[in-house]
Amino acid sequence: MFEEYSMAELTDILFMQGFAGLILFSVLVLMALGLAIIFGQMGVINMAHGEFMILGAYTTYLTSHIFETYLPALFDGYFFVAMALAFLVCFALGVLVEWGMIRFLFKRPLDTLLATWGLSLILQQLYRTVFGAREVGVTLPEWMMGSYAMTETIEVPINGIFVMVLTLFIASGVYFLMFRSLWGKQVRAVVQNRPMAGAVGIDTGKVDRYTFGIGCGIAGIAGSAFTMIGSTGPTSGQLYIVDTFLVVVFGGAQSLIGTIASAFTISQSQSTLEFFLSGSMAKVITLLIVVGILMLRPQGLFALKIRQ
Amino acid sequence: MRQRSNIRFMSRQEVLGYVLLAVILLAIIPLSLDVFRLNLIGKYLTYAFVALGLVLCWGYGGILSLGQGVFFGLGGYCMAMFLKLEASDPESTKIQSTPGIPDFMDWNQITELPWWWEPFRQLPFALSAIVLLPTLFAFIIGVAMFKLRVGGVYFAIITQAIAAIMTILIIGQQGYTGGVNGITDLRTLLGWDIRSDSAKVILYYVCSAALFICLLLSQFIRYKKLGRILVAMRDREDRVRFSGYDVANFKIFVFCLSAMFSAIGGAMFTLQVGFMSPSFVGIVPSIEMVIYCAVGGRLSLLGAVYGTLLVNWAKTIFSETFPELWLFAMGALFIAVVMAFPNGLASLFKRYIEPKLPAWYSGKTAGLGASIMRTDSSKETVGKEALEEKNRVVSKPISKPETVGTMAPSSDEKLEGGVYVD
Repeated sequence: MFEEYSMAELTDILFMQGFAGLILFSVLVLMALGLAIIFGQMGVINMAHGEFMILGAYTTYLTSHIFETYLPALFDGYFFVAMALAFLVCFALGVLVEWGMIRFLFKRPLDTLLATWGLSLILQQLYRTVFGAREVGVTLPEWMMGSYAMTETIEVPINGIFVMVLTLFIASGVYFLMFRSLWGKQVRAVVQNRPMAGAVGIDTGKVDRYTFGIGCGIAGIAGSAFTMIGSTGPTSGQLYIVDTFLVVVFGGAQSLIGTIASAFTISQSQSTLEFFLSGSMAKVITLLIVVGILMLRPQGLFALKIRQ
Repeated sequence: MRQRSNIRFMSRQEVLGYVLLAVILLAIIPLSLDVFRLNLIGKYLTYAFVALGLVLCWGYGGILSLGQGVFFGLGGYCMAMFLKLEASDPESTKIQSTPGIPDFMDWNQITELPWWWEPFRQLPFALSAIVLLPTLFAFIIGVAMFKLRVGGVYFAIITQAIAAIMTILIIGQQGYTGGVNGITDLRTLLGWDIRSDSAKVILYYVCSAALFICLLLSQFIRYKKLGRILVAMRDREDRVRFSGYDVANFKIFVFCLSAMFSAIGGAMFTLQVGFMSPSFVGIVPSIEMVIYCAVGGRLSLLGAVYGTLLVNWAKTIFSETFPELWLFAMGALFIAVVMAFPNGLASLFKRYIEPKLPAWYSGKTAGLGASIMRTDSSKETVGKEALEEKNRVVSKPISKPETVGTMAPSSDEKLEGGVYVD
């Protein structure tokens, strides 16, 4: 199959395919980070994570409309406002859900899974009722459109670069929050030993609530970023939930580095395989490899060594 | 041995429960509904096989599989492949460019029947494949996961991923599987037209009978030592392991059994509904099947059947009149069942209806367990149910010394809060 390509063309194709993989990687990392915080740190399975992401996407969509109608002069910068709003909306809903539902189910992880699945069904139908069943897209500001030509044959889309920068930014933000701040220390203390954390004066209930909220907020930002590269429908979130969970589990639930490494492996292998096979087979093979590895190494790539 | 009555194969209540279900399924429903509705109920009953499997595997074994749709689908596809091959004999497919192969293969420019379709021309092979193939698949998954002590949430995620892979695979390989439409236009079973009204009635009875066989088999397992080990394992896995049991083997067994039940349900589905498609394989249907089991009560075998019928009946009613509201109702049901009624309909029945029933219902010989159950006014919780199960275990005459250590009630923090089962 390679005969018709010259060597230079082949390198270019590999590069472009690698870049497409990098965009997929960025989105996966953004989605998985929120989940890694919630699942890895709290042990809670949030099946509605995809719907939180879509909530962020719809918030961005609404913001873009408001800016288009009322503040056209500031349209170039609407995206930053939209991201902040997406974070806040999802954070608020996340805190509410934790307060109303999750905190009663801490010792029953499988029940949490079912309850959040119920929540995801409700949210999906809500989106369908409010925004309609059709997919919506946002208008990108001018500076984000088009592509940047690196060489004569290689072009990379600017929105893709933006998503990558954003991912880098959010990932380092999460890192500092979890490993370099007092709050992160509290979260990790609660994860390692809940009664002791409570005994030394950490309000574990509050820590849980904000952990969940921040995880959901990051999902909102992921959704916001998602609108730049694709359109949003009521059920878009469900399409990604399995991939995202696999990313988190594959990486090792409690390790942020693991999450990023596994998102990289999964997205790169998928986009590379896509070049050789059909899209669906590429996905099947990628997922099968991941499941196969997980069967041999259930703790994931980067297991955190904690005495249980 | 006054407590021996607790561990009979069936208590009087259970016997009455089975008789009642038999009357409802075999007499009341067929006599009161037209063929279309009867066929619909028959379709619901095929899901009850899955729910029943989930009671054993999730309620008793503590293993939540979110991929039961895979086994349902495998069973259904095996049946559909046989029926499809029968429906596409060279005579009735002579307008195709390659007569004698299924129509969807012809549409996808496939000119020869794939080798793995060939054995499905034989009914005995197809029937054994329905039972064995999904069981074997479950066995492979089970061995890989349980021998490495993967359980709980991780198992749920992996099974979910397997359901996703299966759907993508079936949809992607359109030429071999019929793609997103599935295998449709099934007509006859060994020359017998399965689309006629009389066939639908007969198939309904066959399905009900098969369901009863599975129910009784489950009841038997629950009654044997195996069922008790499952419960003990769910509540205190390490203690069972320290007592010398190989926990993984029990888990593998119960997972395979639930896969087999699901597969039988899938095959019955194909027969009664006349097609099979990937929309019964993926994540969404698989999780939906868990809710049937949860609504009925995850510890109640009969509850699984009632839960399935009720949820599906509600789904049909809602989708006919207010299609918008169905997902809201479904979502609320998930949340309500988990938060408010972790033991589903079965616990509501025990708490509100059973005390009002006349004395002959429970019988004088019902023993200690039943009387505790009815006089205790404390909140009915999963934990209590689990405790009750434990008491039943304790009350069994000890035949082997090794069981002693396992079953002794402990100062287990998990039971006190009324939160167990995961």
